[in-house]
Amino acid sequence: MIEVHNVQKSFNGNPVLKGITCRFETGKCNLLLGGSGTGKSVLLQCIVGLMKPDLGSITFDGLVFTNNKVDIKQDIRRKIGMLFQGGALFDSMTVYENTEFPLKMLTPDMSREERRDRVEFCLKRVGLENAGTKMPSEISGGMKKRVGIARAIAPNCTYLFCDEPNSGLDPATSIKIDELIHEITHEYGITTVVITHDMNSVVEIGDHIIYLHKGLKLWDGTKEEILNTTVPELKEFIFSSSLVRAAKKVDEETEGGLAAIVEVAPEKDA
Amino acid sequence: MVKTFGEFLLFMQGMLFRKERFTVLWQRTLDEAILIGIDSVFIVAIVSAFIGAVTCVQIAYNLVNPLIPKSTIGFMVREMTILELAPTITSIVLAGKVGSSIAGGLGTMRITEQVDALEVMGINSASYLVLPKIVAAMMMFPLLVILAMVLSITGGYLAGTLSGAMSAQEYIEGIRSDFVPYNIAFALIKSVVFAFLVSAISSYKGYFTKGGALEVGAASTAAVTNSIIAILLADYVLAALLL
Repeated sequence: MIEVHNVQKSFNGNPVLKGITCRFETGKCNLLLGGSGTGKSVLLQCIVGLMKPDLGSITFDGLVFTNNKVDIKQDIRRKIGMLFQGGALFDSMTVYENTEFPLKMLTPDMSREERRDRVEFCLKRVGLENAGTKMPSEISGGMKKRVGIARAIAPNCTYLFCDEPNSGLDPATSIKIDELIHEITHEYGITTVVITHDMNSVVEIGDHIIYLHKGLKLWDGTKEEILNTTVPELKEFIFSSSLVRAAKKVDEETEGGLAAIVEVAPEKDA
Repeated sequence: MVKTFGEFLLFMQGMLFRKERFTVLWQRTLDEAILIGIDSVFIVAIVSAFIGAVTCVQIAYNLVNPLIPKSTIGFMVREMTILELAPTITSIVLAGKVGSSIAGGLGTMRITEQVDALEVMGINSASYLVLPKIVAAMMMFPLLVILAMVLSITGGYLAGTLSGAMSAQEYIEGIRSDFVPYNIAFALIKSVVFAFLVSAISSYKGYFTKGGALEVGAASTAAVTNSIIAILLADYVLAALLL
């Protein structure tokens, strides 16, 4: 479990995080939900150590991360896997080498064969078993995200962070990436934190949702609870999302026919 | 200016602190040595051969006094090449080629979050990315300077003899007369210092790039400009201290 306590961060006197306290539960897909500029990415960067909070503490399974010794921070970081918004794959390496990289760096005792098996397993897990020899410039945005996930899970990470995994992807690919993250979280019992402003993701994978607004945590709960929220800002956010607006529009135009459309929609696996 | 210098020193310190495993860094250093050294051989060869040739022709053009022996041309080509042209001009050429490549590469890695990816994995990105570049540059610059010396003197020989400015015997006599071996050591010391300046300044500029593609270009330009200024300053300081 990751616990964030009273984290504050400001830039040039402009507060971005105004004392955020929340927890990300183990074995669950924790969603950091909020509009643009609400501090989601800054909070994530503080959690993974790319940015230092002005105030507050962050603990990983009881181990304090902020202001701790470099060695301890390093140990925690080596349990972290992260999927960046653009994939952040190393341009000079193939898909296989990208996935192998953290193993080479973090597990020097691993033999070449063990590494190969692990890389092949991870690539297969994300459905890219035949793309190992490709360079990042030769693959699509969705594939880059998959490689990013394979690279993140390769060293058996305990915590997985995903920064807007759906950005720049078409709806079908977005759903696949969401499902992959959700499956991996539950399969390996890892603590996953996903930054998103996509209501599709909330509905698909949100086990635990934290809503940020103007640097404050306004709400947290499950995806079943979110639609019944009484927080006005969150309500506005939900009902301004394209998913809900489209559903509402279709329902109005078909005079309550949305249920009929949903009924005839193809199943996920179809 | 003072703040930037302080940041630069902290960057250098961070690179040496909690380094990655030796085997990893050594492999990276060899890879960088190929990029910095082997890939620069062609441009260094072309530049140094022509500089030697032009130096020889221009000295011959100016030495019209019949009392000055023709072998002086070879002597002057050697002295100019070893003391100044080979180490300094080669380093300036490399500041353009290697410096911009280092700053552009690191800048691109920074803006595409590749540096952040390394940091999140618990890898000291400065040590992993920058230290091998600096070590490789300090290994390869002296070798390139030696190559430049040889080719520059050879260029002078070819230009001098083919143009009929002097005979081969006179040129060789000139380059062998009053030879001071320390000058070679001085040139190599300069090349190591210049290598450090070019690689460290370019890495610093690239590593701390913020923004997008435009800023990567600006970082490359700044890396080359600052490296050349640093080379010229260091050239003067070293000449004043060591000669």
